[in-house]
Amino acid sequence: METIKLVYPVEGGDLIEAGEASSKMKLTLKKLGLPQDVIRRASICMYEGEINMVIHADGGEAQVEVDSDQITIRMMDSGPGIPNVDQAMQEGFSTADSTARELGFGAGMGLPNMKRYSDEMTIDTVVGTGTTVTVKIKIPQ
Amino acid sequence: MLLSEIKEILNATVLWGEEHLDREVMSACGSDFMSDVLAYVKNQPVLLTGLVNPQVVRTADMVEMCCIIFVRGKVPGENIVKLAEERNIVVMTSPKRMYEACGLLYYNGLRGNCDGND
Repeated sequence: METIKLVYPVEGGDLIEAGEASSKMKLTLKKLGLPQDVIRRASICMYEGEINMVIHADGGEAQVEVDSDQITIRMMDSGPGIPNVDQAMQEGFSTADSTARELGFGAGMGLPNMKRYSDEMTIDTVVGTGTTVTVKIKIPQ
Repeated sequence: MLLSEIKEILNATVLWGEEHLDREVMSACGSDFMSDVLAYVKNQPVLLTGLVNPQVVRTADMVEMCCIIFVRGKVPGENIVKLAEERNIVVMTSPKRMYEACGLLYYNGLRGNCDGND
C-alpha cells in the first residue's frame, strides 16, 4: 500500500468549533476501511491534539500519514512551547484557562489521553518557538 | 435496551432521531467532562451530560456513540442538534438530574460496561 498523506489546517482562536480536522480525518480513515478500533484511537489522539493546539497555540497544522502497518499523526504548532514536558504529561496538570474547562476540557488529560491511545508518542518542543506532538497507531495485520 | 425505552424511563423529549429509537444499546455513561469520556469510554453508546456545547457532539462522535441525552432539562441550540444529525447521533433532553437519570437507567438494566479497572 502506498503511503497516504493528509494535511489538515487547525484554526486557532475558536475552541467551540475545534474538532473539525479530526472529524474529517475520521471520515477519511473510515473510507479507507481501517479497523474500527484503529480509527477510534487515531481520532481521539488527533482530537485531543487539536483541542490542545487551539487552547495553547492559536492553531497549527496536522499531518497524517497512513501506511499499511501504522498511522502517524503530527500535530505541529508555532505556539509558546512546553517548558516542562514531564509535568505536562501528568494527568491533572493544566495551564488552560476557564474557557477550556467550560467546554469539558482543560483539566490536564489531553497529552495523557494521546499517550493512552497511541502505540508511540514523542513531543518535540522549544519554548518560544513551538511544539510538534507525534503519535503512531499500529494497524493490526 | 431500546432508545425508545430510555426515552420513556427518562421522560425525555427527542430533539433529533425519532426514527432511530429502535436502536438497541447495552450500556451508557454519564459525564460533564469530555476528556474523561475520551479517556474511559469504550463500547458505551449513550452519553448523559449536563454540558451543552458542540464539543459534546464531537466527543460522542469520536468514541462512536449513537445517542446523547442532555439532563436537567437542558436544550441544546440548533447548531448542536444539526451537528449531531450530521453524525447520525440521536439527541434527547430529559428533565431528570444526572444522578437520578443514571440511576433510573441502571435500575432498569442499562449498565456501565466498566471492568472496574478504569
